[in-house]
Amino acid sequence: MTSPTATSAASAQPAIRMQGIDKSFGPVRANRGASLEVMPGEIHALVGENGAGKSTLMRILGGLMKPDAGKLEVEGRDVTGWSTNDAIAAGIGVVHQHFMLVPTLTVAENIVLGQEPVKSGMFDYAHAVAEVEKLSKETGLTVSADRKVSELSVGEAQRVEILKTLFRGARILVLDEPTAVLSPPEVKELWTVLRRLRESGGTIVLITHRLDEVMDLSDTITIMRAGETIDRLQTASTSPAEIARAMVGREVALMSRQGEAFGVSSESSHADVPLPVSSAYSAALEVNDLVLTGSRHTRVVDGVTFAIQPGEIFGIAGVEGNGQTELIEAIAGLRKAESGSIRVAGHDVSSSDVSERRTAGLSHIPEDRHRRGLILDYSIADNLLLGRQDEFTHRGVLETERIAENAKTQIESFDIRPPSATLPARSLSGGNQQKVVIAREMGHDFTVLLASQPTRGVDVGAIEFIHERLRAARAANKAILLVSAELNEVLALADRVAVMYRGRFAIVMPAAEASEETLGEYMIGTRKESAA
Amino acid sequence: MNPFSFLTQMLRIAIPYLFAASGGVIAERAGIISLALEGFMLTGAFTATLGAFYSGSPWIGVLCGILGGLLFGMIHAVATIRYRADQVVVGIAINLLAVGVTRFFLKLAFASSSNSPRINGFPARLSAHGFDNPLLWMGLLVAPVLAFVLYRTRFGLRVRAVGEHPDAAESVGIPVAWVRYVAVALSGMLAGLGGVYLALDQHQFTDQMTAGRGFIAVAAVIFGRWDPIRAALACLLFAAAETLQIQLQGNHLLASQFVEMIPYVLTIVALAGVVGRAIPPAALGKTEH
Amino acid sequence: MTARLREQIEEALFPPVVALLVALICGDLLIMSYGQSPANVYRLLLEGTWGNAYGFGQVLYKATTLTFTGLAVSLGIRAGLFNVGAESQLAAGGFLAALTGLALSPAIPGVIAVPLCMIAAALGGGIVGAVPAFLRVRFGAHEVIVTIMLNFVVLALLNWIIANHLHVPETLHTPEIHAGAIPRLDRFIPAFHGSAANLTILIALLTAAAIWFLLFRTRRGYELRAVGLQPDAAEYGGVGVGGVWFRALTLSGAVAGLGGINYVLGYKHYYEDGFAGGSGFLGIAVALVGRNHPLGVVLAALFFATLSQGGLAIHAFVPKQMVEVLQGVVIIAVAMSVPEVRRALRQARRPASA
Repeated sequence: MTSPTATSAASAQPAIRMQGIDKSFGPVRANRGASLEVMPGEIHALVGENGAGKSTLMRILGGLMKPDAGKLEVEGRDVTGWSTNDAIAAGIGVVHQHFMLVPTLTVAENIVLGQEPVKSGMFDYAHAVAEVEKLSKETGLTVSADRKVSELSVGEAQRVEILKTLFRGARILVLDEPTAVLSPPEVKELWTVLRRLRESGGTIVLITHRLDEVMDLSDTITIMRAGETIDRLQTASTSPAEIARAMVGREVALMSRQGEAFGVSSESSHADVPLPVSSAYSAALEVNDLVLTGSRHTRVVDGVTFAIQPGEIFGIAGVEGNGQTELIEAIAGLRKAESGSIRVAGHDVSSSDVSERRTAGLSHIPEDRHRRGLILDYSIADNLLLGRQDEFTHRGVLETERIAENAKTQIESFDIRPPSATLPARSLSGGNQQKVVIAREMGHDFTVLLASQPTRGVDVGAIEFIHERLRAARAANKAILLVSAELNEVLALADRVAVMYRGRFAIVMPAAEASEETLGEYMIGTRKESAA
Repeated sequence: MNPFSFLTQMLRIAIPYLFAASGGVIAERAGIISLALEGFMLTGAFTATLGAFYSGSPWIGVLCGILGGLLFGMIHAVATIRYRADQVVVGIAINLLAVGVTRFFLKLAFASSSNSPRINGFPARLSAHGFDNPLLWMGLLVAPVLAFVLYRTRFGLRVRAVGEHPDAAESVGIPVAWVRYVAVALSGMLAGLGGVYLALDQHQFTDQMTAGRGFIAVAAVIFGRWDPIRAALACLLFAAAETLQIQLQGNHLLASQFVEMIPYVLTIVALAGVVGRAIPPAALGKTEH
Repeated sequence: MTARLREQIEEALFPPVVALLVALICGDLLIMSYGQSPANVYRLLLEGTWGNAYGFGQVLYKATTLTFTGLAVSLGIRAGLFNVGAESQLAAGGFLAALTGLALSPAIPGVIAVPLCMIAAALGGGIVGAVPAFLRVRFGAHEVIVTIMLNFVVLALLNWIIANHLHVPETLHTPEIHAGAIPRLDRFIPAFHGSAANLTILIALLTAAAIWFLLFRTRRGYELRAVGLQPDAAEYGGVGVGGVWFRALTLSGAVAGLGGINYVLGYKHYYEDGFAGGSGFLGIAVALVGRNHPLGVVLAALFFATLSQGGLAIHAFVPKQMVEVLQGVVIIAVAMSVPEVRRALRQARRPASA
């Protein structure tokens, strides 16, 4: 597969060149002297952790914001500070991570929105449909032009988003974390589409933090960290380790098992001892044939059964959207199960409410800390009460002294910064906010911990801290149910791994026997467990 | 009770609702809560009176009424769109403001606390039963025209997009704020026209003459599920109930207070989803983007 | 003073200060359009309100009702709900208080009669508040519209009851209530002679203190505010959101209803159709300017009451309608400044992760 590289720099001028870009939001410097150079006809990956500044840089490219300093050139033209309309007119198309589609309008209406065909003063819908169908055929992106967007699948909706940009004549496509919500077969489809677009002369910028995607698909990689551009590499001549190092700035334990695929060693991070089957009482957490029905009468959780022993980390891997979220919420008591039972340390909590389950020994680190885990306008001290406010109440009145003491203790032992209990949670960084949640959920006695995406949006230093805490809890004989979209994280921490696919466990196996390839196939659904 | 006189009286009552409800529909479909219809109507009535009085021409009155509604519409728009003030609060404030402003200037211009002097309406022949009033025809056409605009024009498509998913609209270069400004301005003008009809029909402006009609229009918008034609039908329904009560007054079938309640009770019922759910545009009331 | 405290005060005070400035500017324009001198008129306004005992008494009287409705609205907002029905809740409360007063024998001592009437008032408002509460929790019906619609229904109903059954001929009010009268202030402080101010003021202040305690010192208050700030997190924290909504809106109605005693027991000693006179809607302004805090509500109530009474004092020079215009302007100005201030402060406070 040929692709123009930067060797013929004299003849080829960059499709995109950004230099010295500065952008601040109040005290936060999202971009500091960042740069980017994308050659025409290549697939360019923009890589970096959360908060590295990639999205901001792309927003400036797309005309959604203006840089405080620096220069932006597109195809040799200085276009610094242009607007979205300018960018669209120049052929830049952005596909956002969160789809920008109006659910109540049809596919065709969404695609032509803003550039609607007109006939004698009226909106010519029939023409719009025809044009969409034509474009769809040309590019191989199949969509049903007349259907309401609210009825589409995620993959289809993404195709609509891409068609939107192509409809406007986009020749430079920017995709922001496009695979975050796709299943593996949909990812493969997307790759085919992108390669096809490249062949027809398009230029593509992929924003992602997934190293494997980067290696698979891109020609060139730009790495960002803390608002700066660290390095620019040719994919063919670099390695994941080199990229990871640049991303994080130090030798990092690439959350893999025992020096495998990424060639970087890591400590053996899970217990090799056989799991103790306690005879004193039943498992710490027992879930039996749990069923949840979703909004369209489909089974979102389709008969899940498993048990977790004390001193065990049970990991659930799987592409997001296969029922993991609902499963955790059902166990936590935030969602009602259709049928099935849940037992915590032997107590049946199937019909208990959230507080009762907490009392029975259940702790929950929710996957969305801004929505569920914290009240951003409450102080750290008040957030540390959430879910346990009864314990700090005497005759209906809050015990202010004990609350303050509790805050002091937790802030110290979990190293929450800044260490001021009256600060609103809103003013903490992502990592520290997560630490507040974890301090609350792990800082007192519990039997079972539900940890859902515990390190999402958290900086590397805090990630290590959190992983340590999880391992320590396991050593202290707690049971942990870990759900993570990062397969590596699951493999690094779990003793047993399950793959969730379409609401069921496709497979459960000891982590020692699992490999990414095998698990991947269960995640796609191409491999099914043979009937025992 | 004669069906023809029932119809004419019903229309006479319905026209202000039709104007105001149409204004409410366009604003709310664009995502802006429309509780200020009462205030727009009252202002329109007053400015129309001023215009008609000083010029002697009802058409000047109409123009002034539209401008008055537009002015208050713009105040609402600037406060809620540019400054992101809470839309419910602003709506209520506009209503209070309209009462205060109209009273203040009523005193200033006509030295009265209760009503203006008599003004000329449209020349009306008794035999025409009100059908020679151009505003009546405008009122009847408002809803179909609005439906056409909303569902068949580019502007209407954009209004609907903006009211459901403003971020998506913005990402394709649609000026969301601008679309909303136009929608709210239209709502001010349309509701103002409702007030114009009232003032010209009664040949004067009286203190607080709208008497809650703007809220009946709000009820019609919701009961009509934010669709122009359905909202118009709701207006006719409410007007019919009122007419029925007036014409049956002697029979004491139902006290006037209970007839008054009908639109409001129906709306509450609609909101409770007893007869199918009333689901508003998704971005209604939210200006945080 | 810590930086955080200073920020809190800034965010709280800025909008009301804006309100005051805007009111002054607008007032200037209106006064001048009448050919009067603003300085003179403002002086007259202050003299007529805080400058003499009778005027001050009237201010206190009006502020009392506004305190109740302001507390009611602010309580709802703290739970994330918008109660626009304070007007009918106030009326219903006054009505039930009147019924109770009329039903009780005049021989019953005030110490027993008044509390009974108070309970009835709270009950009246609470029942009216429970309707939108129930509809919101059970059907998801938005309380803004329900309360607006219900206002009309309840007021029409009360009007019908009075007009057809309970009124003294040639009027629209009930017969005089002898049991459960609340003494006027001028019984204790002769200077207030003639003004409507009565001991309900104390009840209002106590209610404000009680609401403060409830919101910030009790577990229920913690949960209520949590629901208002982030219902999903409150649910996660084991709080029954629907239950909180129901109780908050019902209590909000009850507080507004309680305010009815000011007029019905403390001033006229009968229930009159329309006595609420817009105090329910103004309660929204009071809550807004008072930043939904009990102390702020009391101060804002005094502000609006001063405006209202001041309008009467200057009537010879500028129509009192000017005050109504000012009210509307102030509300819009405050409503506009609140998001701006919050946004500006939030920008400044944002942490080091983009």
